[in-house]
Amino acid sequence: MEMFTAIGLNHFLTISAILFSLGMFAVMTRKNAIVILMGVELILNAANINFLTFSKYNGGMEGVMFSLFVIVLAAAEAAVALAIVINIFKTFKTVDVSSVDTMKE
Amino acid sequence: MFDMPSGAEIQSIISILRAGAGYFIPELYLSALFMVLIILDLVLGGRKNRILASATIIGLLGSFFFIFQQHALPDAEIFFGMYSLDRFGIFFKYFFVLTGVLAVVISMEDEHLNAQESGVGEYYALIVGMVIGMIMMASSTDLLMMFLAMELVGLSAYALTGYLKREPRSSEAALKYLVYGAVSSGMLLYGFSLIYGMTAQTNISKISTELTQHGYDPLVMILATLLVMAGLGYKMGAVPFHFWSPDVYEGAPTPITAYLSTGSKAAGFAMLMRFFYVAVPHAVDGVEDMLGVDWLHIMMIIAAASMIYGNVVAIWQKNVKRLLAYSSIAHAGYLLLGIITMDQLGTQSVLVYLLGYLLMNIGAFYVVVMIANKTGSENVDDYKGLGKSMPLAGAALTVFLISLVGLPPTFGFVGKLMIFSALINKGGNAFMWLALIGILTSVISLYYYMFIPLNMFLRESEHNSQKDVSTGMVSKVVTAVLMFLTIYFGIFFQPVVEYAKYSVTMFGALLK
Repeated sequence: MEMFTAIGLNHFLTISAILFSLGMFAVMTRKNAIVILMGVELILNAANINFLTFSKYNGGMEGVMFSLFVIVLAAAEAAVALAIVINIFKTFKTVDVSSVDTMKE
Repeated sequence: MFDMPSGAEIQSIISILRAGAGYFIPELYLSALFMVLIILDLVLGGRKNRILASATIIGLLGSFFFIFQQHALPDAEIFFGMYSLDRFGIFFKYFFVLTGVLAVVISMEDEHLNAQESGVGEYYALIVGMVIGMIMMASSTDLLMMFLAMELVGLSAYALTGYLKREPRSSEAALKYLVYGAVSSGMLLYGFSLIYGMTAQTNISKISTELTQHGYDPLVMILATLLVMAGLGYKMGAVPFHFWSPDVYEGAPTPITAYLSTGSKAAGFAMLMRFFYVAVPHAVDGVEDMLGVDWLHIMMIIAAASMIYGNVVAIWQKNVKRLLAYSSIAHAGYLLLGIITMDQLGTQSVLVYLLGYLLMNIGAFYVVVMIANKTGSENVDDYKGLGKSMPLAGAALTVFLISLVGLPPTFGFVGKLMIFSALINKGGNAFMWLALIGILTSVISLYYYMFIPLNMFLRESEHNSQKDVSTGMVSKVVTAVLMFLTIYFGIFFQPVVEYAKYSVTMFGALLK
């Protein structure tokens, strides 16, 4: 019973592994560019949870610091990404990545 | 939970930062240049492309002075072990600034880029931003700094790839580059978080100590290895993380293609070398360590796959930029061979090869830009008969392609010879097989590279609808200089080889 009530290291790591897998799944299967970017955010946040968890259980502040930087970076990346997606929408009138594929062998 | 730092602690932090800044001058200078370029772009009016480009070149050349001064400083870890100054880093500082200068030179030539009605704007500032990022990738000694530097390069590169906003190909390339880049940097970050979890350290030399002293879980380590390799492999453009590169290389503005294929690839290799040599403990005193072997096997597979895939698929390419994209995948494989040997000669040959690759690849793209200005095409079939109308460009392209194959007397030959001799020196069955694959795939590459000069010189043009754009004096001089250097260093390679050897001495104890 204690396994379910006391939240420990493994619970955090499991959550982060699930988030990471969901992110990868979204990136691989979805066609909408915005949804793919959401998948990327999931991956980054999975790593963030890992960093914070390890920081809590290992002691030391490196992980906390790392995740702060990652949060800022994720925001910057989202800004650049959305600018590119808007440009794609203006040119192709769609954000479906499977139809944005004009270059062929 | 955490106490506030006392006044004395804050004082000591400030003094550490101040001491570190003295070792950080080239980066500070380049950051200042970055901002100056943005301001210059805002205050200048009219056609400012030339002025901005000249300012960037002068500014970048100015940084050579500050980098040169760093030779006087001792090796040091600065900013709490986040960053380091050493001979290896200084080599790559020179290398990346040179790459930046050459990228600006090609950009000045590209009429397609300069014809944009909105002007080039932040284009040159972003190139400088990428130079800073690549320098920091080569010098970071902490997982956090490595990740941030990589993202700095990545974010600038996404924007540069999509710089031709009216061009569908450019936007498409930017989207593909972005999606693959974001996913692979996310995977790299997850790998870093696992390494941090195992060691509770983010400094790479401390990680190494921790791993040797306390051991690790092999399963977690192999997972972390794969994830980190995915992030680095994407930057290097190695199989199986190469999917972005043909489309991005074809769609991006040609100067940016040249820049990505040399600069960002070299930055990936610099970071891989530092991470792999320093953070991952290897066999010491003949005792094979499990961890180093894991990495080694994965890299061997990646290297062999890259060489075979890149060279074989390139045979069917009709677009020259796409062809060079596949060739750059193959070159990533050759470069990895040098790292796999894990000895002084191998590392040294990687640096030499990178320098050779920089000259010949930038040269090849420079000629591609010149020809695209004239014919408006990047298709191999449209190169027919061009050797007669553009003799210098044709001759130069032939030299660069010969160098890319790795035939004497060119720089490319020196690089390949050193890498293969390092492999053969190492003995061992696996290394011999890799050397064999490398040599055989080089023979394959001869076919598709030489197809271009064949079209240029031995086949007649079917239609004479070429625009009569005479190439300017500057572009002739640049082509001639690049061609001369490619041959010159192919014959008088001693200084470069010596300098590369001097640059890798810091790894001394780590390499056998």
